[in-house]
Amino acid sequence: MTDLVTLTPEGLYCPQGGFHIDPWRPVACALITHAHADHARRGSREYHAARSGVGLLRRRLGPEAGICGHGFGEPLAFGDATVSFHPAGHVLGSAQIRIEVGGEVWVISGDYKRDPDPSCETFEVVPCDAFVTEATFALPIYRWDPIDQVMGALLGWWDANAAVGRASVLFCYALGKAQRVLAEVGRRTDRPVFVHGAIDALLDAYRCEGIALAPTAPVGARIKGESFAGELVIAPPSAFGSPWMRRFGDASTGFASGWMRVRGNRRWRGFDRGFVLSDHVDWPRLLQTIEATGARRVLPTHGYADALARYLRDVGVAAEPLETQFDGEAEDVE
Amino acid sequence: MHRFGELYDVLDGTTRTNAKVEAIARYLRETPPEDAAWAVFFLTGQRLKRLISGRMLRDWALRWTGLPAWLLADAHAAVGDSAETVTLLVHRGASAESETLPLHCWLEERILPLRAQSAEQQYAEVTSWWRQLSARELFVLNKLLTGGFRVGVSQLLVVRALAAVSGMPRATIAHRLMGRWQPTAAWYRGLLDAQRASADPSRPYPFFLASPLEQAPQALGSIGGWLAEWKWDGIRAQLIRRGGEVFLWSRGEELVTGRFPEIAHAAARLPDGCVLDGEVLAWDERGVLPFAVLQTRIGRDKLTPRVLESAPVSFLAYDLLEHRGQDVRASPLHDRRARLAAVLDGAPGRFLLSKELAAGDWRQLESLREAARARHVEGLMLKLRDSTYGTGRQRGAWWKWKVDPLSVDAVLVYAQAGSGRRANLFTDYTFAVWQDDALVPIAKAYAGLSDGEILALDRWIRRHTLERFGPVRQVVPAQVFELAFEGISRSSRHKSGIALRFPRIARWRTDKPASQADRLAEVHALLPEAAPNGRP
Repeated sequence: MTDLVTLTPEGLYCPQGGFHIDPWRPVACALITHAHADHARRGSREYHAARSGVGLLRRRLGPEAGICGHGFGEPLAFGDATVSFHPAGHVLGSAQIRIEVGGEVWVISGDYKRDPDPSCETFEVVPCDAFVTEATFALPIYRWDPIDQVMGALLGWWDANAAVGRASVLFCYALGKAQRVLAEVGRRTDRPVFVHGAIDALLDAYRCEGIALAPTAPVGARIKGESFAGELVIAPPSAFGSPWMRRFGDASTGFASGWMRVRGNRRWRGFDRGFVLSDHVDWPRLLQTIEATGARRVLPTHGYADALARYLRDVGVAAEPLETQFDGEAEDVE
Repeated sequence: MHRFGELYDVLDGTTRTNAKVEAIARYLRETPPEDAAWAVFFLTGQRLKRLISGRMLRDWALRWTGLPAWLLADAHAAVGDSAETVTLLVHRGASAESETLPLHCWLEERILPLRAQSAEQQYAEVTSWWRQLSARELFVLNKLLTGGFRVGVSQLLVVRALAAVSGMPRATIAHRLMGRWQPTAAWYRGLLDAQRASADPSRPYPFFLASPLEQAPQALGSIGGWLAEWKWDGIRAQLIRRGGEVFLWSRGEELVTGRFPEIAHAAARLPDGCVLDGEVLAWDERGVLPFAVLQTRIGRDKLTPRVLESAPVSFLAYDLLEHRGQDVRASPLHDRRARLAAVLDGAPGRFLLSKELAAGDWRQLESLREAARARHVEGLMLKLRDSTYGTGRQRGAWWKWKVDPLSVDAVLVYAQAGSGRRANLFTDYTFAVWQDDALVPIAKAYAGLSDGEILALDRWIRRHTLERFGPVRQVVPAQVFELAFEGISRSSRHKSGIALRFPRIARWRTDKPASQADRLAEVHALLPEAAPNGRP
């Protein structure tokens, strides 16, 4: 049984298909799971991705990049391999990549989550022999609460601040998380939400795909000096503590991320509140997913890869980490 | 415990100190004294001693969850706090706020009685509580058991809240919180009582603390208004001589009378009803000895004749807080010094007066300061001659003017994840210098980089790891950092032969290649001329 995915200096490579997956150096042919900066990098000659994610990928790679979009489940031929994209549920257009060579099936998960998300497609379990998976939150301390509970806390925070005339500034990754928050807020209230320019630039790609988001207005469109008291503002993490924040006065700050599960992560950065909202799979769902794929071999690529591999070996599943250069949730700013 | 849990959440959910003070005051106003006493106990940083250790709590979580020990260790490393790790692992979405037992009942009827129980009984009790509580209350419970609340609330904030609630001056509240006390309803009422009877004779006054001088001394105005003295490098302490007894308090509010019997013995010959503020120093007939000598006495409860002989101590006083039974803190410094001189006149040799340094202008003082390291002092203290003795860190009257730290350019060789606030980043660094062709570790440090630098370095570390030893990563020896440190002494415990005092990162020397970092011989050259037990 030869491996269908190997590690090269450029990144993950399928020798039978002659293509790379999410390479970190320029290559001839790159299949991309999703448009986050640590998975989608410039410089390759040819890119392939799920069709619904092409808009976002275009923004990341620039106007000159050659990108082919494909429908989910559509079988594609690359060399000796049959390849297809399947929804991963991480951000809009995020995909798992299924590779089949002579009856052997490998699936590269990219980043993924199992929880329902109105802003993107739901993860599809793809049976396989080997599962190349992320392990961002692969520790038993990471367990997510139901979305209603998290949104309840978030809206409660917004309301409490509004009652005392304070702005609520929520920080989260510009691509994916911000749109998910806007979609969830939009389901629960019709109040408008203000957004930082970096997030505003990505909203069209979502709205064009028919995703319903809360009504938004760019922060920059506001007249200088106009108060943001009682408003909710969403911004990327890089804006925290910057001069851009001054216009919000004595605002309360929050950060939406799975890392907020651990108090120390919030306190180190200095946010008032943390909302445990993640676009990655948590520990129980990670194990559940691995089992559901039926994979006899698991290769964690990033995050707590060592811990996951060891845990799986202890329960009789062959597992060894792949040393990739995916940072997990890298700081994401256009 | 429900309301205390709510208070915890509010305190944790804001970085604004005023909001925290208001939240504490609101809680105290609405809370019966028996619960308020315990809240004050925990918020001022006290903990229940010898109850459940973090280690025990984690072992119980191990048993409860059935997880492998190594995985729990990894989880603990990612969280940095036992109480929190256990909470995250054991909470299973139990019902929210149905918990109604008051805080003092939790402590007095459930938690404190654990002390008398066997380990098996303790496990059964605690895990039964784990089943009943919401995530927040579970966390608070685990914190109460293992101690160490750390919710961003300093003693000062609690004092401000108590002052707001009672209408009493902050200084009085601060004084009443000093020393040892039991968190009872009666104690709490007494804390806020304006008509309070006289205090326990052992109770110390709050220490007055200096601020670091960050500008040129000329900005302080005419030198005539200021008193200058050495900044002594020992243990800050308060000596109380009252009612025929002697009490010696450290700045950390520990009673250390028993650790320095020579001082306690000599203090019996001081006039009754006086309180001295000063420094415990290693001292022999030629003068002050390096801090490293005093260090051999710190934390040592068993004093052998050998230790007493090799590290003799004295008390050097620089202020008088009580004279003839009267609180004299409101008197100006020059008056307190005159009284101090009178008190120490004819006092036994163990008691010394901190001499005033004579200088005609700031420049003369500056040159005196440069000689500080050679004299085994930390620099100079500048005090306004007509200042009163304040409480805590109040800017303006007392300044500490320390000598510039020593520095060395060292190579980053190991990195480890931090704890608590920094549990997910590599922030504990080990630095080394060259000896021939090899790198020898000389110090561990974690402070000094900006948040942006920490993130950048963390990313670099992940991409340049050579080997992993458990949680420690050995990295490519390429990054150079300028380390600043207060002092250096010989150490037989370290391979390098030296130990640095308070090392921290001054700068990331991205301009320097690792080959140009300092050599061990250069670092050895910074050792003071005298050996620790030698003579200057």
